[in-house]
Order: sequence, then structure tokens, then C-alpha cells
Amino acid sequence: MNMVDFLFYVFATLSVGGGLLMVFSRHPVPAALFMIVSMVGVAALFVILEAFFLAILQVLVYAGAVMVLFLFIIMLLDVGPEGGKAWRVKFLSGFMGIVFVGLLVLSLLDIGLDRSSSLAWPALEEGVMVNGESLVFSASVKNFGYGLFAKYMLPLQVSGFLLLAAMVGVIILSKKSSASEEV
Amino acid sequence: MMLDAETLQLVGMKFLFALLMVGAVMTMAGYSVLAERKVSAWMQGRVGPNRTVLPYVQYIPILGPFLRGLGIFQPLADGLKFLFKEEIVPGHVNKLYYYMAPLVALVPALTTMTVLPFGEFFHDNGESFPLILADLEVGILFILAVSSLGVYGIVLAGWSSNSKYPFLGGIRSSAQMISYELAMGLSLLPVFLWVSEPGSGLSALSLTGIVASQAESTWLIIVQPVSALIFLIALFAETNRLPFDMPESETDLVGGFHTEYGSFKFGIFFVAEYAHIVVGSAIFTAIFLGGWHVFPWVADPWPENWLGSLLGVGCFLTKTVLLIFFFIWIRWTLPRFRYDQVMHLGWVRLLPLALVNLVFYVILVSWLDQPVATN
Repeated sequence: MNMVDFLFYVFATLSVGGGLLMVFSRHPVPAALFMIVSMVGVAALFVILEAFFLAILQVLVYAGAVMVLFLFIIMLLDVGPEGGKAWRVKFLSGFMGIVFVGLLVLSLLDIGLDRSSSLAWPALEEGVMVNGESLVFSASVKNFGYGLFAKYMLPLQVSGFLLLAAMVGVIILSKKSSASEEV
Repeated sequence: MMLDAETLQLVGMKFLFALLMVGAVMTMAGYSVLAERKVSAWMQGRVGPNRTVLPYVQYIPILGPFLRGLGIFQPLADGLKFLFKEEIVPGHVNKLYYYMAPLVALVPALTTMTVLPFGEFFHDNGESFPLILADLEVGILFILAVSSLGVYGIVLAGWSSNSKYPFLGGIRSSAQMISYELAMGLSLLPVFLWVSEPGSGLSALSLTGIVASQAESTWLIIVQPVSALIFLIALFAETNRLPFDMPESETDLVGGFHTEYGSFKFGIFFVAEYAHIVVGSAIFTAIFLGGWHVFPWVADPWPENWLGSLLGVGCFLTKTVLLIFFFIWIRWTLPRFRYDQVMHLGWVRLLPLALVNLVFYVILVSWLDQPVATN
């Protein structure tokens, strides 16, 4: 077992363990904290794959911004242990969890668990996808930028538009409720 | 695990360098506490700490009383005091998270310095390397990411104390962090645009690249004063310094998030705050004040050898110390904002200003780079 393998097992344990503890903790604040631990573990796994940019985005966006908002809301609403968990929600989330684990196993079976093939696969496929354009598959930030703003410009714009629509929707919904309160 | 001598040596050296760096930053943090007390005393017409002295030092003829008057041994005494104080844990706290919170506050402050370049080493064959623990390609993003984790220390302290005022402090801190992080990130985007213009070949996301580009042209604070201003204000907010110290404002929250903390645990929060200031000042120096290069527009006047590297590091440290003084100066000059004023400033003033600034530099950079683009 070399250094990288050892670190992989450390951080994989951290992320999976954090996820399990998140699911099983009764109080929402520790649950949110374990989710942060899990996300930082995933970021460390990205670092081992030498995808530094993805790792940092994972910490910056999810652990640093989204989870601060989560904690803020949890604390502001002062949700206690087991707060806000109807059994129907529990059943649905459990069911969806099983479905997603099943999908994951299916996709793993599809690409095969053989380590060498699973490592070689993305670079090869990417070369076919790029098809003549000067995009090289690498983890450097510049290539992310070229990929996003040249080849994948349309999907980027569409997802940006979706986010904008969601934001406008939230503003309309919150405005409506405050207006009805005033009346 | 495969651990041959070479790997062991590499890891050992990195470990040693990291320890040295932590030591340097912690010492600077300790002495900025002293600087804070001395400068505040000076501004209010007082004397400040001037009694603490090591045994026998005061008998050295002129130097002894001078050192005593400077209070140079005060940080030692403060540290010992924190260590030997009685450890009081209130009965109503959530023990695990209560003990974890100071560590969570301190670790990000010390982690950000791994990607902080503070000088240049000139090799005999004419090559030069930046003095840095880890020259990451995405250094600035790393700093933004890790420093945004620092807020969890305060939030955890507020929540685990299980008491009203710390709780309010924690909530305020998270709201403030979200508001000012946006402005901070947006104020850095024009810097990235400016540094990585077509043909420059520099990576704008690494701090060494930004310092190198400032050596070629001029300091970024001259080219982008508005970005620098927004970044500085956001830095004040992120380090919880007055006038933005909402999480611990004594007038309305008793002690804020650390109300229930005493002895060494409080000491760690205290040191974390000052470590944030030291690292924040160093980052501002590297991004906007030309790093270890001494004057804007002028090449370094020193030779490219060990002397040059030493003088460069000295120059970087001088700028950082001046910025720390600026932090202290602001604290003892401006009154504290009200909480709604902080939020108003962040969302209504700084964020639109940062957006306008970004659009302006997008247009400016694309206009300046036009001849290159048509070729």
C-alpha cells in the first residue's frame, strides 16, 4: 500500500463516515456539521485525483457557502431534535436513497470495477468527445475555462437561465407571502 | 507504506518549514496583540503595558528599561496567564462542540498561509523560486475556500454555548460572512482579468503569478483602487474587526460568541483573530501592494542573491506590519456599525459597487487587448 492509497482510505472513510453520521444524528446542527466533514473529505479525494480546482470549488461553494446558509437557517428556525421530519418524508428519502445506491451499483457494474480500465476511461472518451477541437483533457483551471466558455457555452447559458428562473420564482413567492401578511 | 529515505526527507523538510511558518505567524499574532494595546494606548494618551520584564533584564543599563517600557515581554506573560487560569466549563454547554470550536476557529487561519508567498529565493544559476510552502495553481481560491471555513468556529462556539448572547453572535457571524464573501470574490475577479490578459502567460489564480505581474507593470492598488477598497472592507468584515465585529460586539452581546469561554480556550479564539489579521494583511500585500517588490514601477534596487531575498522578505514583512497597524488604527478610530448598517453596507453598497467595478474592467481589459485579438 503506498502513500496515495493510504490517504485515499483515510479520506474515503472520512467522507462516508461523515455522511453516515449526518444521516444518523438526531439533532440538525451536528448533522449539518457532519455533512461539512463529508464534503471536505470528498474535496480531499479530488485533491488525490489532482483535480485541485474541483476540490477547491467543493470547499468554497458547498462547505463554505451553502452549508453556512444551512446552519444559519437551522439556527434561525431553532429546529430541535427530530424536528420537521414526518414519517412520509422519512419513507420517501429512504426509498430514494435505496434507488440511488442501486443506480450507483448499476453504473459501477457497467464501467467495470477493474481499476486500470476505470482510470483510463475518461481521458480516452474525452478525446473522442472533443473531436478535433484543441481541448485537452486535464485538471488545469485554464482548460476548465476553455471547455465551459467555448464548447459547452450553450449548456452553461441554459443552466444559468434555469438558476435565474429559480431565483425570480423565490423572490415572487416570498413577496407574495409578505404582501398577504400586510393585508 | 513505502517510505524510503528520500520521501521521508521530503516530508520532514515540508514539516519543518510548516512548523517554522506557523511559529512566525503565531509570533506575529502575539505581537500584534501587544501592538494593539500599545497603539490604542498611544491614541488615547495612555502608556500601555510597560511593567512586564524577564528577570534580570531590567538591570541591563539602557536597553533593559527601554525593552521594559516597550512591553516586549507582555505577550509571554499573557500566554502564561491564559495557560494557568482556572479552567471553567459552564454546566449548560454541549461539551464536545464547546471544546472543538476554538480549534475550528484557529486551524483555517493557519492553513491559509500554506499558499502565501512571502519572498523570492535566487539560485546561483540565475533561476529564482518563490518562497512558499505550496505553490498551488489555484492559490487565491484556496485562500477564499479555507478562510470561509473559519466562520464555523464562531458558529459552533455560539451554538454549543447554549446561551442567548453567544447564539446571537454565531448567527450574526454567519450572515455577515455570507454577505461579505460575495463582495470579496467579486472584487478579485477584475484582478484575475488584469493579470491573465492574453499573452501574459501568468496564472492569475496563483499568488506568485499576481506578484510577478505586479513586478512587470505596477502595483494593482494603483491600477484597481476600487477593487482594493472593496477587498479591504470585506477583509475587515471577514476578520471580524471593528467596525464590523458584530459577533462579539460588547455593547449589545456581552462578549458575543466567546461569552462562555475562559482561560486557554478563550486564548485560542483571541490568537485566531489576530492570526486572521496577520494572514489577511499578508494576502492584501501580495495581491495589491506588489508583494516583496519595494516600489511601484521601479525594479528592485538590490542584487539577485541571498541579500536580495532577505531584503525582499523584509520588504514584504514591512508592508504587512504597516497593514496590521492600519487595522489597529481603524479599530481605535471608527465607531462600530449597527447590525442592520453592516448588512445594508454589504448588500446595497458593496455588492453593486463590486459588480460595476467588474463590468468596467471587463470592458477596459477587452478594449486594451483589442490589437492583440485582431492579429
